[in-house]
Amino acid sequence: MRTTAQVSWIAGAAAVALAATACSGGGGGSSGGGSVPGGVVRAYWGDPQNPLEPADTNEVQGGKVLDMIFRGLKIYNPDTGAAQNEVAQSITSSDQRTFTVRIKPGWKFSNGEPVNADSFINAWNYGALVTNKQLNASFFAYIDGYAAVHPNSGSPTARTMKGLKKVDDLTFTVTLIQKFSLFPDTLGYSAYYPLPKAFFSDPAAWLRKPIGNGPYVISSYTKGSKMELRKSSNFSGPDRAQNGGVDLIVYTDANTAYTDLQAGNLDVIDIIPAAQLANAPSDLSGRFINQPAGIIQTLSFPLYQANWSTPGALKVRQGISMAINRPQITQRIFNNSRTPATDWTSPVLGQQGGFSKTICGQACTYDPARAKTLIQQGGGLPGGQMTISYNADGDHKSWVDAVCNSINTVLGNNHACVGNPIGTFADFRSQVTDKKMTSAFRTGWQMDYPLIQDFLEPLYTTNGSSNDAHFSNPQFDKLANQANAAPNSAAAVSSWQDAEKILAVQMPAIPLWYQNAVGGYSARVSGVRLNSFSVPVYYRITVKS
Amino acid sequence: MGRYVLRRLLQMIPVFIGTTLLIFLMVHALGDPIAARFGDKAPDPVVAAQIRAEFNLDKPLWLQYVLYFKGIFTGDFGTAFTGEPVIDLMARSWPVTLKLGLTAFVIEAVVGIALGLVSGLRRGRLTDTVAMAFTLIVISIPVFVLGFTLQYLLGVKWAVIRPTVSYGAPLNELILPGLVLASVSLAYVTRLTRTSVAENLRADYVRTAVAKGLPRRRVVTQHLLRNSLIPVVTFLGTDLGALMGGALVTETIFNIQGVGYNLMQGVRRQESATVVGFVTVLVIVYLVANLLVDLLYAVLDPRIRYA
Repeated sequence: MRTTAQVSWIAGAAAVALAATACSGGGGGSSGGGSVPGGVVRAYWGDPQNPLEPADTNEVQGGKVLDMIFRGLKIYNPDTGAAQNEVAQSITSSDQRTFTVRIKPGWKFSNGEPVNADSFINAWNYGALVTNKQLNASFFAYIDGYAAVHPNSGSPTARTMKGLKKVDDLTFTVTLIQKFSLFPDTLGYSAYYPLPKAFFSDPAAWLRKPIGNGPYVISSYTKGSKMELRKSSNFSGPDRAQNGGVDLIVYTDANTAYTDLQAGNLDVIDIIPAAQLANAPSDLSGRFINQPAGIIQTLSFPLYQANWSTPGALKVRQGISMAINRPQITQRIFNNSRTPATDWTSPVLGQQGGFSKTICGQACTYDPARAKTLIQQGGGLPGGQMTISYNADGDHKSWVDAVCNSINTVLGNNHACVGNPIGTFADFRSQVTDKKMTSAFRTGWQMDYPLIQDFLEPLYTTNGSSNDAHFSNPQFDKLANQANAAPNSAAAVSSWQDAEKILAVQMPAIPLWYQNAVGGYSARVSGVRLNSFSVPVYYRITVKS
Repeated sequence: MGRYVLRRLLQMIPVFIGTTLLIFLMVHALGDPIAARFGDKAPDPVVAAQIRAEFNLDKPLWLQYVLYFKGIFTGDFGTAFTGEPVIDLMARSWPVTLKLGLTAFVIEAVVGIALGLVSGLRRGRLTDTVAMAFTLIVISIPVFVLGFTLQYLLGVKWAVIRPTVSYGAPLNELILPGLVLASVSLAYVTRLTRTSVAENLRADYVRTAVAKGLPRRRVVTQHLLRNSLIPVVTFLGTDLGALMGGALVTETIFNIQGVGYNLMQGVRRQESATVVGFVTVLVIVYLVANLLVDLLYAVLDPRIRYA
């Protein structure tokens, strides 16, 4: 019985790497009491895809390490996701464009170097400089002078950004190219971590064994198999490790890790193979985690194709959205590890942060009769048929088929919608970026920081950095600018929600569901939870024996 | 003999160039690998262009291949996207896979030939029937089903062994993965040996040996088995390469970071340097194993001579 369940290991194997696509995680918050020192946590790990540099790591596995060995100006509270000051004493601005950053005195890197204004300015200049080929360079695009260090063609005309100015050892100012009221709240992302002088003097040595200012230090690292992190002795922050260390162990496959957890050879996993989701709560006798995370799955349309950008196609898009039975699919296919979407953000933002249960409203509610009418009014599916493209090396076939099934049932036509598998994630993404899509395709977004801005601006503003649908709406752009210039975060959230209402009408991408963070842990440890980036909050884990 | 080996070695050169070129073309046909590194985000075109230049992906395909091939001769197998040289990747995964492959090879050769000999000598009797039924079952169960079942039963349910191989892949932990990896080939070796032994049992030279009054032990080991092993050795030789390259499933199930796993990772990330590097070494293993098989023929059967 068990073997038949595990037959789908190939899908699981592919999901290991590909679930970890978008961005990395945040970190912890204030410390709790009652630690049992000395014990080492053994945790699941996947081989990071990129060198472990803060501005070059954009996926979860590398992000895990950075979040353990680094602390940024801000940190996202592991319970609420709210941005709090960590290394920063204060970040203030009177005009929402120039921000003054004051750093708390006394912070040190694990090699003894002090964390000061230069640690940040140098790290950010390094991350932005085009010749350093950092994958996260675009995170510095708001800083004045970015265009000079990161031109769209040719060589950079400067090596540092003029928007970064050191005032004294512990103070610096950041000038942006435009107003951006939520900017301080983005500074918990790993791309903004400080770097010690040791990084710049010998980058190769640093990469073999990175040095940071976080609660852990790397004691040994065997690429491709294991990293041993130990509690830092000179950590300056409040969120000290409550265990002796963490061993990150690379697993070839999620199923294998799950088996090791059951056998007691592993303490924490933050991935559960799809085939095991149904048994996991009983297998792990309650030590199973299933909670909302900052990930939304959507179905995007190629609005750059003539037949998908007509007013008729707009009705068709709305109709398709209403033809998808979200509650049934999340329950049957995903065993409730997804939550039907009601907007374009994520529940981890909370109502205050901009999450809404009503913004998509009717358009995201299953209504077969209305769906059919809308699609017919819009002139039917362009070309009489639609496809949903997805990467076949991820765990997507089952839900794509289910969505198509749902649409086909509504339309009473078994061939109205079919899945279109594309071999690898790499090929799929390059076809999407090269505007080669001709019909619907899967899109997913994992937040970089828990802000409504991060769910909307990169994806739906004209020329947004990840606007795969190539949606362009002047009203939306106007509201986005208004939100960025808002004097406080409440006003910003409200403007963003106004912008989001345009998405509910225009439907450039259909919200499908929010992805939950799933994980499990052994009886040997306690205090395990996942943050809103679906990464375990390692420093809070206590070891019992 | 020497000339024959030399000729065979020379023949390897075009095979080697041809296979690496084919693999290179195949990885390239998968598309552009750079977009995937940005995850679900649209790639920053300037950074993407720089990375393409770093990995020579901006050059015409033939030039990429020439540059890659030039690198091989200077010992440079290229760099993985993680910034790690592929040669380091190979240096840490080949020993692991070699250990696993040899464990499997020993199991399949020793157990397979012994089982085949016994059932060939007792054809039609109970031992033979049981052995044949056993091999049929093993052949019909896919390797990953067998792997997961044994892993779950022995590792989790009864907890007699570690379900996964720990860091460093110690030999005693490789026995179960080796057995799983060897299982199907073991069944084939048994069946091949059995057929061959049963056939040769009726051969003239065996009858002569028996008539000479040689002890049965000597008849079986020196005359019967030795001559019956030719097809088996052919199979074992080609299987040695298959065990190394085909260990992917077993490596994944038992968490062994060997060649199969790294190859799979390379394909997924579309790192042509990694994939071509590993496959190149696999090709060499195949070629050398085949040559050894041909040379072994002469040892086993004195009638075969190479000029």
